[in-house]
Amino acid sequence: MNLGGGQTAKAMSAPSSSASLKSGDVVSDQFPAGLRVLVVDDDPTCLRILEKMLRNCLYEVTKCNRAEIALKLLRDNRNGYDIVISDVHMPDMDGFKLLEQVGLEMDLPVIMMSADDSKNVVMKGVTHGACDYLIKPVRIEALKNIWQHVVRKRKHEWKDKDFEQSGSAEEGERLVKPLEDVDYSSSATEGNWKTSKRRKDEEDEPEEKDDTSSLKKPRVVWSVELHQQFVAAVNQLGIDKAVPKKILELMNVPGLTRENVASHLQKYRLYLRRLSGVSSHQNGLNSSFMGTPEATFASMSSLGGLDLQALAATGHIPAQSLASLQALGRPTTKNSISMPMVDQRNLFSFETPKLRFGDGQQQLNNNSKQINLLHGIPTNMEPKQLASLNQSAQTFGGLNMQVNPQASQSSSLLVQMSHPMSRTQMLNENKGNHVPRLQSSIGQPILSNGIHSGVLSRNGIVDNVRGAVYNPVSQASSLVDFSINKSAELPGNSFAQVSNSGISSLTSKGIIQEEVSSEVKGSRGFIHSYDIFNELQQHKAQDWGMQNVGSTFDASQHSALQGSLDVSPSSLVQQGFSSSQKDRNVSIGDAIFSGGEGAHCNNSKFGQQFNSFVADNTLRVKAERLPDSGCQNNLFPQQFGQEDLMSALLKQQEGIGSVESEFGFDGYPLDKFPV
Amino acid sequence: MERNQLRRKLANMRQSLFEQGYLDEQFTQLEELQDDANPNFVEEVVTLFYRDSARTIQNIEQALEKNPLDFAQLDSYMHQFKGSCSSIGAVKVKGESTQFRNYCKEGNAEGCRRTFHQLKKEYAALKKKLELYFQYARQAGPDETACRPK
Repeated sequence: MNLGGGQTAKAMSAPSSSASLKSGDVVSDQFPAGLRVLVVDDDPTCLRILEKMLRNCLYEVTKCNRAEIALKLLRDNRNGYDIVISDVHMPDMDGFKLLEQVGLEMDLPVIMMSADDSKNVVMKGVTHGACDYLIKPVRIEALKNIWQHVVRKRKHEWKDKDFEQSGSAEEGERLVKPLEDVDYSSSATEGNWKTSKRRKDEEDEPEEKDDTSSLKKPRVVWSVELHQQFVAAVNQLGIDKAVPKKILELMNVPGLTRENVASHLQKYRLYLRRLSGVSSHQNGLNSSFMGTPEATFASMSSLGGLDLQALAATGHIPAQSLASLQALGRPTTKNSISMPMVDQRNLFSFETPKLRFGDGQQQLNNNSKQINLLHGIPTNMEPKQLASLNQSAQTFGGLNMQVNPQASQSSSLLVQMSHPMSRTQMLNENKGNHVPRLQSSIGQPILSNGIHSGVLSRNGIVDNVRGAVYNPVSQASSLVDFSINKSAELPGNSFAQVSNSGISSLTSKGIIQEEVSSEVKGSRGFIHSYDIFNELQQHKAQDWGMQNVGSTFDASQHSALQGSLDVSPSSLVQQGFSSSQKDRNVSIGDAIFSGGEGAHCNNSKFGQQFNSFVADNTLRVKAERLPDSGCQNNLFPQQFGQEDLMSALLKQQEGIGSVESEFGFDGYPLDKFPV
Repeated sequence: MERNQLRRKLANMRQSLFEQGYLDEQFTQLEELQDDANPNFVEEVVTLFYRDSARTIQNIEQALEKNPLDFAQLDSYMHQFKGSCSSIGAVKVKGESTQFRNYCKEGNAEGCRRTFHQLKKEYAALKKKLELYFQYARQAGPDETACRPK
């Protein structure tokens, strides 16, 4: 490398090259100089040393000592960084959580660091998706090659995304090939990489930036529906025999390429693996999927936090929700992803494939994968499911995002929620598929499946849940919309909200409208559900099984019911848990649903209401109801027949209404809940 | 002359710090990072270390006064501290912190307290030496401050 010299005072020139790097057509030969690194560490000594080392490598360094700040920086400046280096032990947020979030929302390569070199910690980094792990004290030699992670990731992304954009497999292969053949360290690679990067950038940039107009993006959006189809195909083939080609054939979606499916499958597998934790293999798919949902979840949570209150919000998730989401989203602990098994498709494919498909949303691909995992959510909520739920919640969040786009608003919705391109988009993109497919499953009482709840939270879950619970709901986007604003949406509401916003446009707003309070507007719903899921997850640990589901569900329901998104999903969830244990299936589904729905209920509110909910099983009922109305609407506006959805919602609402009244909800009669 | 003497003295000091096991290779890494743009980088980092770790030391001290001891919390603090001192190459201090953590894992309160006492001594001793070292370095001039003789 000509830059080689290294340690001279050339660091100053780095900034200029970083800009060029991005555009792809300038100063490429200076790469990796100008690589934009974000380094996060609470230890000021280490931070200063790292900064100096990175500068000496001619990278452009931004340092921060708190994970929250780092996330904010990343969100506010989506394309402002190429790679993130983070410490594992930080006071405000676990490094792994940050890792997941970044991976979910921004899909940037993340390197973990720690003085701890024990195997299990390093392994944790691997499972959470870190692209490298450095042991402190870090030496400059270790930092010199971090650019390879950026190139690698870009190459893969480009391959996936641009591939679709170019529209032909052959082209993509041809393009990709040179990249692969090139040696990373050589300038030849850089050239190729740059070219592809440039293309990618060019293609991606507009996609990323536009919220409303992102619909035209050629990138494949793994909407909930699409994901559900994917999951269905995978299940049909059997996880072990599921090969992209066959899946593609089974799915029979025009315009979808084998490569799309392949990359999505890969993510799905990871998700399922994560869900199931150690025993990945049988649930292989599911677990890996679940895993991702977590990440998604986490991101969602962040989303939920934001949107809940104000869709247009900048997308800052309340720390709590974020935390709860994160907590919730840790599928790894939950494992037993039984969820994935179940109506996975519901979860994922929820989002209208049409919108998504071809959407340039970058994240979608990544996210959708995650979300898809949710599909697996089994109808019966079992502890595993719970775990999956969390994951699904995550994905759900992502899904929600996607759902919105479908409505074409999703992009906008997303934007509204937090930041235009911020999480919502990410979520949507990723989750796209997960959006609860209300349609399909709505008919059956998914609620009974613990998964549903999980699904709800995830985004994808909602789908399942919805299906069962809502039947009608899933159809109508109304659900989505519905869930969002109105109380029905329990904590997950935020989620619903999000979807609502997007969905409202989609489906029968009628039903949702009532429920969905204006708040929903944004993609809030998603975020919320996320939170709820987190909560659920946490509870799950104690008692996961159905209870959790129920709780979450209840919580979500409540929020939905209430209409005041204030219900804090987390509080709801927790509370719901204890009470919901009984009805798990239903309640869970609902709860999840609501959570996912995007009911932006504030946690605080939720908590209160939830408490009351918890008190009785009725909560569960409500939860059930909610899912239909709230969740579904938000999530899959497009998918569901509005009429059906609306009716479902109405029904639920009625039922819920009564219940809510006690809690303060809109007064949906619980008993009406169709189980 | 005086400058040369200073430089020689500086070099000797540096040498002994390494030989006596106060500093290790990581300190050298810091020295290598120092350049014209950041001529006092090493001193800057060490100062930062002492300032920040003072807080951690205090936290540990307070935590050690509790009864019973919260070993998890103590271990967490010490993990933090260990990361810091290893990044400046403070070997002896790092060794003590590892020992402290071992005692935490065993739940050995007495061992913890004893080790901590030792750690503080090493911590203070190194601080003095480095302060003196940097003092000379500044006097000797920018050329050879804390830089390994090439």
